[in-house]
Amino acid sequence: MIEGALWRRWVFYNIPLILFVFVLLFPFYWMIVTTFRPDGELYLPWNAPNYMPFWTNNPTFEHILYLFEETNFARWMFNTMFIALVSTVISLFCGVLAGYALARLNFPYAGGLGTAIFITYLVPQTLLFIPLAEIIRNFQLGDTPWSLILTYPTFLIPFCTWLMMGYFKAIPKELEECARIDGASRWKAMVYIIIPVAVPGILSSGIIAFTLSWNEFIYALVFLSSPDQKTVPVGVTSELIRGDVFFWGPLMAGALLGSIPVAIVYSFFVEHYVAGLTGSVKG
Amino acid sequence: MAVTALSAAESKRLSPRLRKLEDERWLAMALLAPTAILLGLFIAYPFFEGVLLSLSSARVGDPGHFVGLKNFHKIWDDSIFRTTVWNTFWYTGVTTVFKLALGLWLAILLNRHFKGKAIIRAFILLPFIIPTVLSTFAWKWMFDPTFSVINWSLFQLGLITTRINWLGDPDLAMTSIIIINIWRGVPFFAITLLAGLQTISPELHEAAAIDGARPWARFWHVTWPLLMPVTLVVVLFSVIQTFADFQLVYVMTGGGPANATHLFATYAYQLGIGTGLLSEGAAISLAMFPFLFVIVVVQLLYIRRVETR
Repeated sequence: MIEGALWRRWVFYNIPLILFVFVLLFPFYWMIVTTFRPDGELYLPWNAPNYMPFWTNNPTFEHILYLFEETNFARWMFNTMFIALVSTVISLFCGVLAGYALARLNFPYAGGLGTAIFITYLVPQTLLFIPLAEIIRNFQLGDTPWSLILTYPTFLIPFCTWLMMGYFKAIPKELEECARIDGASRWKAMVYIIIPVAVPGILSSGIIAFTLSWNEFIYALVFLSSPDQKTVPVGVTSELIRGDVFFWGPLMAGALLGSIPVAIVYSFFVEHYVAGLTGSVKG
Repeated sequence: MAVTALSAAESKRLSPRLRKLEDERWLAMALLAPTAILLGLFIAYPFFEGVLLSLSSARVGDPGHFVGLKNFHKIWDDSIFRTTVWNTFWYTGVTTVFKLALGLWLAILLNRHFKGKAIIRAFILLPFIIPTVLSTFAWKWMFDPTFSVINWSLFQLGLITTRINWLGDPDLAMTSIIIINIWRGVPFFAITLLAGLQTISPELHEAAAIDGARPWARFWHVTWPLLMPVTLVVVLFSVIQTFADFQLVYVMTGGGPANATHLFATYAYQLGIGTGLLSEGAAISLAMFPFLFVIVVVQLLYIRRVETR
């Protein structure tokens, strides 16, 4: 697309791109450096003469050990993983079925229901957290993983449904008709013919749903109270800050380790993630 | 016709329950039931409860009684609430403009063939993937008043002589939060707009170039109008998420210093959960609703207009 001298390519494309990548990734680099930096180096004022911010010659595992020995970090990781997996599975189940119904079946109010799903897709969690906390307490779910497993689908299902509708609409009707001519029931045509074809869509929705539940914060903050029930984001926030004192080493170690599962899942399914992301904004 | 005849024969062999699912209406109802139950129980019902709560005098441990619009009157006269409304609009407006501009720029930078493109694209999305609370802690540490690496860098570059107290000053605190939100949102804009750019046929650009259009004119008259539908939807999502944001402000400032950086959600949390004034908290949360509603309706109408043009 661009022709011209080499210097133009550097000035207009390569240098800006390098700057973007640097700024977008620097906080993660900073997280890693801080995790392995001993306390003595960590708390040097920014204008101290021997302040060497970008590297450390004395890497240490003390912060990571602190996390596992002094806090329930392992437990938080397990909780977050369990909650994210179960709520993703529930949301996929509901979203795939609902998406199929809305995209491929004729029934009264199909259009209205589709709009209703789209509107719930746009409802932010922060709108409802106070009454929802009351409801969770009335249902005796407070301070259990189920309070999150059952509420996370409220923002995951609309998303999955919306994304799956797009995938189902793209599958030709003839495929289903062939199956029905061959004697398959509607149910069987859906389960054995259409849903397998939509597997890429299911993977995309699943990965995004997983990262979204790993990221969720306000419900977990409000619904959970005992230290061993918490998720990583809430545990790190509430147990590694005492009053005004921030335990920066363990905090950064927790942030780093807490990000790794999401990063790993993401790295395996980048293409599906991107497809889901771009699919989710198609009207 | 053959289809219905065959399926009728087939359905005779099915159990009565499965036969019912041959009817599209029954099947649709069965498929939508789990979704309807979960969303009804945890969205529609709490919304209804929230309205009731905001019209009551409930506190933690005291169910309260009906007080009409008293809570809304009270927050209307609350100067912190007014700051909150202003903050939320400022925060949403400024970040959206920057996210769109920078995201589009990044998308254009990525919209060509070069070595390592796939890897760069994968890495660029990291700020959007990594849990917000965790990456915000990294920023908070970078903005730390005493140990700030940003201050150190600016000092070494000779741009400042004394430290900048990023989170201690109300305006700077808001600016810091805005910077982080932009940082987190740019990848989402870039990747979705990149997908939009890739659907634009290069022939259109070539045709415009042959007609003598300069690069800027090509962007303005070819790329931008074709990108409009995607842009509008991306902006819609981003505006709603930003308007209702909680995590970032909660971690960075908790609404401080002196309640200067509250958004709707953080102020509702502080009053509703922090102080236990459930009804007032619910009222502040619900006060978001009319704003969000107007934003969504206006944007959806606009999107429809652009798409049918």
